[in-house]
Amino acid sequence: MGQQDIREKIAKRAEKELKDGDYANLGIGMPTLVANYISQHKRLMLQSENGLLGIGPYPAEDQVDPDLINAGKETVTESQGTSYFDNAESFGMIRGGHIDVAVLGGMEVSSNGDLANWMIPGKTVKGMGGAMDIVHGAQRVIIIMNHLNKNGDPKIVNTCSLPLTGAEVVTKIITDCAVIEVTPKGLMLTEIAEGYTVEDIKKMTEPDLVVSEAVKLEAY
Amino acid sequence: MNKILSSFEEAVKDIYDEATILVGGFGLVGIPENLIIALRNSGAKNLTIISNNCGVDDWGLGLLLQNKQIKKMIGSYVGENKEFERQVMANELEYELVPQGSLAERIRAGGAGIPAFYTPAGVGTPIAEGGEVRSFNGKDYMLQTAMTADFGLVRAAKGDHMGNLIYNKTARNFNPLIAAAGKVTIAEVEELVEPGELDPDHIHTPGIYVQQTIEGKQEKRVERLTTRSSAKG
Repeated sequence: MGQQDIREKIAKRAEKELKDGDYANLGIGMPTLVANYISQHKRLMLQSENGLLGIGPYPAEDQVDPDLINAGKETVTESQGTSYFDNAESFGMIRGGHIDVAVLGGMEVSSNGDLANWMIPGKTVKGMGGAMDIVHGAQRVIIIMNHLNKNGDPKIVNTCSLPLTGAEVVTKIITDCAVIEVTPKGLMLTEIAEGYTVEDIKKMTEPDLVVSEAVKLEAY
Repeated sequence: MNKILSSFEEAVKDIYDEATILVGGFGLVGIPENLIIALRNSGAKNLTIISNNCGVDDWGLGLLLQNKQIKKMIGSYVGENKEFERQVMANELEYELVPQGSLAERIRAGGAGIPAFYTPAGVGTPIAEGGEVRSFNGKDYMLQTAMTADFGLVRAAKGDHMGNLIYNKTARNFNPLIAAAGKVTIAEVEELVEPGELDPDHIHTPGIYVQQTIEGKQEKRVERLTTRSSAKG
């Protein structure tokens, strides 16, 4: 499976985390793809932290408005019922717990739900943008990422080696191989993607996993 | 009270070397394009710039970088600019990264007379090291202090003789916060309208925050043109 197919597979599974009636924030990169798969039967409002509640689809060529972008700086449109606001209000909305769910990318997630996704020491620092605020504000923080990094090492680790974005903030991890929830008992394996076994997932994950009694095989 | 200006050169003439300047915009959206160009032309140097991003290599605040006018940059994301990276690597530029929500609230607090506040953003991360962390109701928060600046440069869609401003869509972003936090705020407006033309109920920034207003035509460069057809696949 190519990386583009893997991204689509993860995005499609992540879409299931968005519930009818949710206010959701989708991060930059793969999380933005999730919007392409949102069921028409769900009523959702997508928040963009640069000051927009109600992101619509990408514009047609003749609809492009240079003053209307998402947090990834892509041109977008309004959905019905959109509102605009300044950045202090936008993050008040986020920090105040009004966003139901955030879907973000990840470099590393630890067994207690620490997230690292903003910098690699020794490489140029680009900045954290809004990620550090969002991980503390959203009611559910879903991390979507490949299960293994480019070297074939686990990205789900006992302790993050990269600088943190937030400590104990992750609710659930969705990868190309499995769905894992962060629980007080530890990481709980709840779903396994087609082509993998429980043993495969355990081998690819550094911390011990609690396997849910209701674990779904061939879940996606 | 607000003064209407007719030249961008005049608008930035009081901005001195070593000044701290808040600049509106998110990416290239809502940036005061002509004020930045005028500031580049003025040559004021050793500036501390507070803005969410630092433009791109040949537009927005990137113009001040190219011209080596920035001593220190405070923002939340500076990854769109190769010259920024080069100057940091060469130790020519100081910078401070602040989570976007903390940056917005620090500027809001500055304009609203709140000296500091606690936020959960950054707790347990490198940015909290050496800072003050305090627990409220069992959860940790870090102290962030307010920001003000000698000058605030903002862009609005419409402005009037009193300095009242209305922004367009996501071009609002940091602009209203900056208008209030700048000791001298200069507003670049796309359209200067006649007194009484703005609906008082629709004003985003009351004129009390704005000292100078100037009309300017905007280029509005698009950083990442994404359309239905370009986004497929």
